[in-house]
Amino acid sequence: MTQAIERLRTSQQTFTALKCKECGERYELGAKHVCEECFGPLEVAYDYTAIKNQVSREIIEAGPHSIWRYKAFLPVESDTPIDVGTGMTPLLKANRLARQLGIKELYIKNDAVNMPTLSFKDRVVSVALSRAKELGFTTVSCASTGNLANSTAAIAAHAGLECCVFIPSDLEAGKILGTLIYDPTLMAVKGNYDQVNRLCSEVANTHGWGFVNINLRPYYSEGSKTLGFEVAEQLGWELPDHIVAPLASGSLFTKIYKGFNEFVEAGLVAAKDVRFSGAQAEGCSPISQAYKEGRDFIKPVKPNTIANSIAIGNPADGVYALEVARKPHGNIEDVTDEEIVAGMKLLAETEGIFTETAGGTTIAVLKKLVEAGKINPEERTVAFITGNGLKTTEAVQSHIGEPHTIEPKLESFERAWERAGTLNRLDWQQTQV
Amino acid sequence: MSVKVLIPTPLQKFTNDEATVECDGSDIGNLMDELESKFPGIKKRLCDDQGELRRFVNFYVNSEDIRFLDNKATALKDGDEVSIVPAVAGG
Repeated sequence: MTQAIERLRTSQQTFTALKCKECGERYELGAKHVCEECFGPLEVAYDYTAIKNQVSREIIEAGPHSIWRYKAFLPVESDTPIDVGTGMTPLLKANRLARQLGIKELYIKNDAVNMPTLSFKDRVVSVALSRAKELGFTTVSCASTGNLANSTAAIAAHAGLECCVFIPSDLEAGKILGTLIYDPTLMAVKGNYDQVNRLCSEVANTHGWGFVNINLRPYYSEGSKTLGFEVAEQLGWELPDHIVAPLASGSLFTKIYKGFNEFVEAGLVAAKDVRFSGAQAEGCSPISQAYKEGRDFIKPVKPNTIANSIAIGNPADGVYALEVARKPHGNIEDVTDEEIVAGMKLLAETEGIFTETAGGTTIAVLKKLVEAGKINPEERTVAFITGNGLKTTEAVQSHIGEPHTIEPKLESFERAWERAGTLNRLDWQQTQV
Repeated sequence: MSVKVLIPTPLQKFTNDEATVECDGSDIGNLMDELESKFPGIKKRLCDDQGELRRFVNFYVNSEDIRFLDNKATALKDGDEVSIVPAVAGG
């Protein structure tokens, strides 16, 4: 085992170039995200033979308790990448939720407790900022719907990098506070996320900054593969039958798919046609609309939903998400804001997980797909919860109960307890009706 | 009639590294042809072999995505600002 770990430590670089996903044109491994020939997205290309020679189940299991146990699959040269404990979040067997929905084997991949900022974005940012340092950047930036701003500001603080982040000005208070505490420069743009994104695309090359989801995007997006790697490892080195994940830009969804395929390629798990189902909010559902209409292109929309963190009207990877969902007959579905709140409450009440609106969307779509017979009850299904509910308390504030305020006296408690029991019975009767 | 066109970094090698150029054009399709005559080779980067705008390029007229307007037929008037922005960003 010591030898095996030594082999990993002295391993060679496994990523070889940036390659256009559309036309195949290759580029050097710099800060570049767009193909000069066709504007297609650039992706990191790997030497899979080199990866295969460096990894085994045992080597990975003996690695760090973080995303860096999968370093051979990530585009970072350094032997000491930024490791703030990101990744290896719980894969919870959700028996109560499964029973409620009427399926047999359901798991929740719980990135609501990812470190350090309680969303899956810590995965992509850990990779992006590790690479940013290698490429010589001293200032990092991002265009964010909130979670990414939290993560970039926090991990930049840890790494000693200057940080300037851009968000839409109407974000939830928790996401603004959860960014400012790390003392970045925060630009609150009067506009929606797509307008923020466009502004950042125009700023990206003018200040010499590393924008994690623009000029560093090929490296950044690879971090999402670790969600797929972890699920496969946590299921005992097996792929699930069906996954449900939220769709914003579509990047996370396609990278989970890529992660599963890379584990097959490296001989770590047996091949399987995993079904991929994507979740959108009805008020911002350009990918879902394209899916339902059988289109292979995306018509952008102007978002109007409480699910801010996935409110991207002009999704960069939308067409690729469509391809993934269509491959082995997955689905893409959307749900209303009311269903999203109900999804948040359902997950909290059955499994003790408080997720944000994106997670509510995922659970609501999971429920809708089960009810429509689009998830087989026998399938081993994994739902990806990508963010924490404490950041979006506004969404559920008026939909939950209130505390029973009582005097510090036994009699006062007994009266309140009886009243609480009556209210619960009424709730129960209404549910039955 | 003259419009201001914002050129993204990958195309600035066609415009002598200029990030902004002035150009004529009655609509977006016509603007493509005018840009091509001023900066030969640029149209092939923006349009596919059928002459349609590539799917990973976004065009904005005065900050509005042309897909919310009339796509390639979106009319231009004197003083308009057209931004050409790579679509692959964010998320």
